[in-house]
Amino acid sequence: MCLGVPMKIVSKDGDNIVAEVDGVQKEASVMLLGEEVAIGDYVIVHAGFAISRLDEEYATETLRLMREIYAPEDMA
Amino acid sequence: MRFQDEFRDRTLVQNMATNIRRMAERLTAPVNFMEVCGTHTMSIYQYGIRTLLPEKVRLVSGPGCPVCVTPIGYIDKALACAADPHNIVATFGDMLRVPGSHSSMMEQRAGGADIRIVYSPLDAVSLARNNPERRVVFLGVGFETTAPTIAASILEAARMGLKNYCVLAAHKTMPIPMEILSSDPELNIGGYLCPAHVSTVIGATPYSAIADKHRIPCVVTGFEPADVMQGIEMLLAQILRRESKVEIQYSRAVSWEGNLKAQAILKQLFVPCDAAWRGLGVLPGSGLAIRDEYAQFDAERVLTLNVPDATENPACLCGEVLKGKLTPFNCPLFATVCTPESPVGACMVSSEGTCAAAYKYGR
Repeated sequence: MCLGVPMKIVSKDGDNIVAEVDGVQKEASVMLLGEEVAIGDYVIVHAGFAISRLDEEYATETLRLMREIYAPEDMA
Repeated sequence: MRFQDEFRDRTLVQNMATNIRRMAERLTAPVNFMEVCGTHTMSIYQYGIRTLLPEKVRLVSGPGCPVCVTPIGYIDKALACAADPHNIVATFGDMLRVPGSHSSMMEQRAGGADIRIVYSPLDAVSLARNNPERRVVFLGVGFETTAPTIAASILEAARMGLKNYCVLAAHKTMPIPMEILSSDPELNIGGYLCPAHVSTVIGATPYSAIADKHRIPCVVTGFEPADVMQGIEMLLAQILRRESKVEIQYSRAVSWEGNLKAQAILKQLFVPCDAAWRGLGVLPGSGLAIRDEYAQFDAERVLTLNVPDATENPACLCGEVLKGKLTPFNCPLFATVCTPESPVGACMVSSEGTCAAAYKYGR
């Protein structure tokens, strides 16, 4: 029910966006988002609404920490 | 796909599992971590997360599926709406096969009732606009993730001046049932993997009562396997440090304050109310009722819905499964009488239900 899909914004007209994941495009509304989003941004789309913008910096940082802490050479 | 594939890296996940096993060696007793989000439940089964964990780290599923915690009486009301040929009932697909006392939306639709599956609540508003001679009743079920989208649909209907759109609202809010379960000695919850998408809206701060008062570590965790593993690792680290605080693993989507605009729209449209949860009973202040100012969009007030008291199948153990006290495999109906094709309880119906996840991936 709370399923949300990370999608990339490919076009935007006012509060209406078209977002894409794996080649599938869907229309969604950004009226519930408090921050500005632009074409190329990633958002989580739930029930036809973008509910959150995905922060690339945090995503990269999370991955860096995961890879750093769990680097295979440390696991020997 | 960015933000997805990297978090499904098999080697990364296996390395994390090794680290978790090492950490668990330092535990003095087994720990129970509860997830309270249907998408976590699915992810944990789908990626076989339990098989990667040491015996001392147990994962328990809680009341994280909104369809599953919706009481049968609500389904009976929805069926009463659908029985009136003047009404079009619009719903998310998950609700279609949930059994009421005597029937389901699916059965009623086969019998001629006008029941439409929509992807977005705004599609239900379009239905109302395109069918001015009919009334559209939207089944408003869901946690804080979904409730703002329904609120937005009411605002849109109001903006368009529609008088034939209403919502049968049964929204529920998340932190309250977690608090109730926190003090259950039988469950003995050692940590929460807090819901990800609910938290995009409400933020991470509301969990601090659980961490402070009940001394239970809380980590807002994403859905990909590496996210879930890191969430578990962060909970373990807190336990080993004898800490209980709220942390955000899913920082790429969740902040401390959450989505303030969605919160404002929620507050504008809804007011907290007592709500009945399947398996947990009536929890004070755990639901969202439509405000008086928007009464014309409230199906409970627009329609006369007198339905008799609901009856549940006494053999169905969904209630205990939702509290995390039993697993689907403890239920005599599981995979025998109760299957996804012919579900007895809601946990088998919803694609995010614990029984549906166990049936699909767990056997």
